Amino acid sequence: MSISALIVLIYVLVLASYLGFELISKVPPTLHTPLMSGSNAISGITIVGALIASNEMGYSTLSKWLGLLALVLATINVVGGYAVTDRMLKMFKKK
Amino acid sequence: MNIGIQLAYLVASVLFILGIKYLGKTKDARKGNVLSAVGMFIAIITTLFTVEVFSLIEIGVAILVGAAIGLYYSQKVAMTKIPEMVALFNGFGGLASFGVALSDFFFKNANAAASLDVINLTSILLSVLIGGVTFTGSMVAYLKLDGKVSGQPITFSGQHLLNLILLIAFLAAAVLVFIDPSQVVYLYILIALALLLGILTVIPIGGADMPVVISLLNSYSGMAACATGFILNNNVLIVAGSLVGASGIILTQIMCKAMNRSLINVLLGGFGQTVATGGADGPAVVVKEIGVEETAMLFDSASSVIVVPGYGMAVAQAQHVVRELMEQCEKRNIEFRFAIHPVAGRMPGHMNVLLAEANISYDKLIEMDDINEDFSNTDLVFVVGANDVVNPAARTNPQSPIFGMPILNADKARTVIVSKRSMGKGYAGVENELFGFPNCLMLFGDAKQTIAKVVGEMKDMT
Repeated sequence: MSISALIVLIYVLVLASYLGFELISKVPPTLHTPLMSGSNAISGITIVGALIASNEMGYSTLSKWLGLLALVLATINVVGGYAVTDRMLKMFKKK
Repeated sequence: MNIGIQLAYLVASVLFILGIKYLGKTKDARKGNVLSAVGMFIAIITTLFTVEVFSLIEIGVAILVGAAIGLYYSQKVAMTKIPEMVALFNGFGGLASFGVALSDFFFKNANAAASLDVINLTSILLSVLIGGVTFTGSMVAYLKLDGKVSGQPITFSGQHLLNLILLIAFLAAAVLVFIDPSQVVYLYILIALALLLGILTVIPIGGADMPVVISLLNSYSGMAACATGFILNNNVLIVAGSLVGASGIILTQIMCKAMNRSLINVLLGGFGQTVATGGADGPAVVVKEIGVEETAMLFDSASSVIVVPGYGMAVAQAQHVVRELMEQCEKRNIEFRFAIHPVAGRMPGHMNVLLAEANISYDKLIEMDDINEDFSNTDLVFVVGANDVVNPAARTNPQSPIFGMPILNADKARTVIVSKRSMGKGYAGVENELFGFPNCLMLFGDAKQTIAKVVGEMKDMT
């Protein structure tokens, strides 16, 4: 990877982190649990990583199994995380 | 890389950000979660278009298996067990990043055409370290929360020194990998060290500190995803990873502040072990008991009530009878609210979910800072299953282990009734001075049963 590519990635990292801090500090404490289970789902973005990685490496079986394992785990996070967050948020009602 | 794919990733990133923005208002939160899920769907589908070598059948099976497990778990889990689920999912996130990083390493190592430069290798090693620590650390946190391993801190002498040595060993092995990446044995050593570090850093931390630990591990799982983004030169991984990383850090800070502990202090562990001496010096607290009928009468004659719920309420499954109590009071036009301490429950915001599940409107759930002023002009405070968060020693007794912790000013109310099984101590193992106060009455017995009786008495009055 070239240095200029790295710099772009660091830009993205810094700006996204800053935005994250700004937005998340506005999430009310009432919703902190759904925020965490929702973050679990978002961290399942590794699913994309697993797919890209598995794409390059059809040759080594070890790589392939690691990629598949990552894929299953990340999918559990994505589906389970969003579903449980929705289940919780559904309960928050105002009367 | 294809422009279309990059644009789709950009859309996904924006949707993740919007999703979190919508979490800022309780009424929009569900919409936000859907937006975030749509972002994820776009990211996954787009990526599937790039897949060539890996057969689509294998991918389909892997996704189906993962989705089935995730869906089943998310629908079955009890709301009291959400902390366990989050701990487990933190671990899965860490392990997934760990798997991707290793997969990439082995591929590039076996393939002469692929380059393994310094930037690449650094990202891989970071991902292995953070992902590995997150995985095993989260598993230990899960086992502790679930009671499969004792919640007591596990400490031994030289523990911190050992962790330091392991970290140095990790750095040394990392240098060796840099010098000669083809020597895979060094990578195996790194893997073992990362996994071991995760276990060793979480075992000394006690059950009461688990909210901090799972928040921190949540943050790590995001950072691991970020590191994976650097390996694969992928922006959407970095954006999503940073959002999760930021979220975990903020929650960690909030939890530490709510317990008046520094993060270092929590991580060094052992809290709750040595405090037994602190409780032994004062005279035993003399308490006044109250019965079910008198409790009902006090509720009946009050004009304002604040309930202070703690995790003990959820353990006794008393949320639903508390709601019935609320209904009885509201029939009498008594103002009825809940005061929620940030560490009520076993993870950030846990108590709100437990009360929402019992069908209690979220505008009745008031944060500590917004309700603390109101205690002094409240007729009746009802403490259910909470202890340390209403202990005035946190304000007055510099000797107390919880001194300085922000607490709910329950003691300032005209009357305080504490529903408690017996005279046990709180999580921090400290005697609660409140119980001996002249305005404090103890309602002993199982919370669910006694409150149900109080509700029964109140129904009979009308």
